[in-house]
Amino acid sequence: MKNFHINTTVNGDEAEFICEPDETLLDVLRNRLGMTGSKEGCGTGDCGACSVILNDRLVCSCLVLAAEAEGGKVDTIEGMADGDKLHPLQKVFIEKAALQCGVCTPGILVAAKALLEKNPDPSETEIRYWLAGNLCRCTGYDKIIKAVQDAAAEMRSA
Amino acid sequence: MKYVKPESLHAASVLLSEEPGTTRILAGGTDVLVQLRSEVVEPDLIVDLKHLEGFGDITSEDGGFRIGAGVPSAEMYEHKALHAAWPGVIEGAELIGSTQIQGRCTMVGNLCNGSPAGDSVPGMVAAGAVVRVHGPDGERDVPVEEIPTGPGKTSLAKGEFITSIFLPARPERSGDAYLRFIPRTEMDIAVSSAAANLELDTDGTVTSARVAVGAVAPTVRLVEEAGTALVGSKLDDTAIANMMAAVEAACSPIDDKRGTVEFRTKTAGVLAKRAAHIAYERAGGSK
Repeated sequence: MKNFHINTTVNGDEAEFICEPDETLLDVLRNRLGMTGSKEGCGTGDCGACSVILNDRLVCSCLVLAAEAEGGKVDTIEGMADGDKLHPLQKVFIEKAALQCGVCTPGILVAAKALLEKNPDPSETEIRYWLAGNLCRCTGYDKIIKAVQDAAAEMRSA
Repeated sequence: MKYVKPESLHAASVLLSEEPGTTRILAGGTDVLVQLRSEVVEPDLIVDLKHLEGFGDITSEDGGFRIGAGVPSAEMYEHKALHAAWPGVIEGAELIGSTQIQGRCTMVGNLCNGSPAGDSVPGMVAAGAVVRVHGPDGERDVPVEEIPTGPGKTSLAKGEFITSIFLPARPERSGDAYLRFIPRTEMDIAVSSAAANLELDTDGTVTSARVAVGAVAPTVRLVEEAGTALVGSKLDDTAIANMMAAVEAACSPIDDKRGTVEFRTKTAGVLAKRAAHIAYERAGGSK
């Protein structure tokens, strides 16, 4: 198989990598760029654990070929905190214990951040529909929804 | 597996024509990557077309809209004029998968995946959408309902691919709608579905109607008799009953754990009725 040399921007920094044609963006983030925050849950776009922002759109990185990222912009969970300063969503998720095992959490945080950038004051229904593609098998979702609402309120008043 | 981004439509067509093995065209990838990863299909060649001119664009044309084959559902949803003109088409497109899938999935991909349950397809068929096909013999325009020929199968020949979808101009009093039945509230595949597209005259009489159903036959089906049953009416009970009978007669669904033949047939009729009423209201008709 012919390998590709790909140039992208990841979390604002230039990133280049070599990949095989059938490697996904998720594979490259985790195995070649050492960014293991994005998780592989199902690998078929059902669970949302691998959520990233590709060219300003929320996507499942397991359903993107790494070669497609050429010239593109990728934002991952690793870029969410500002140094040691957590994003309000991250802070509230910890405070409100909106996670248990934590596998779904990076994807949910990336997806929730994308929602709040579009809609700073979403209703509970809007949050539930937006996050319908992020599966959590521990929490039962209520604490997650509440945490997103609380973080949204905090961000609005900031 | 080879992954290629051809420089032109012609180059893409040549690549696809000359490849002796299995080929896949990559737009949003939300079906192709799943097939790849589950090893259902092991393509020898993947051709990525998203970067080609017009593939990512929604443009006005003859009072209607041309939607590039690489435009994701999320972008269509955000396009105000398109959303206002064709709310039913958008309704279908935005039911495909999750928010994450919406960021990538395309209507052309949904169509060419060939699923009888593809959520964006009945709305396009009811709308009278026409796809532009590029191939070794040049370009041709094809009514959308002529593309799928069976589960996972299309009428596209080797080397052919769809470059865009055209949704025609809307007369003033017109409306469309799409509904599906799923046992959950979100993230599921239609057990049955229906789309209706109506045009009315000034007193609210239907002058033109197209009804399409999904997940109740080997392909999404345009039910011409169902449309005919509504023309000349104001959706009175008799017209609706005739329309539902025509829909039920057009159903030849599978029988599985998700829905029996009887259930799929009955719900397709009910969904067509409800979609027709929503389309009527959107067209400015009142009862």
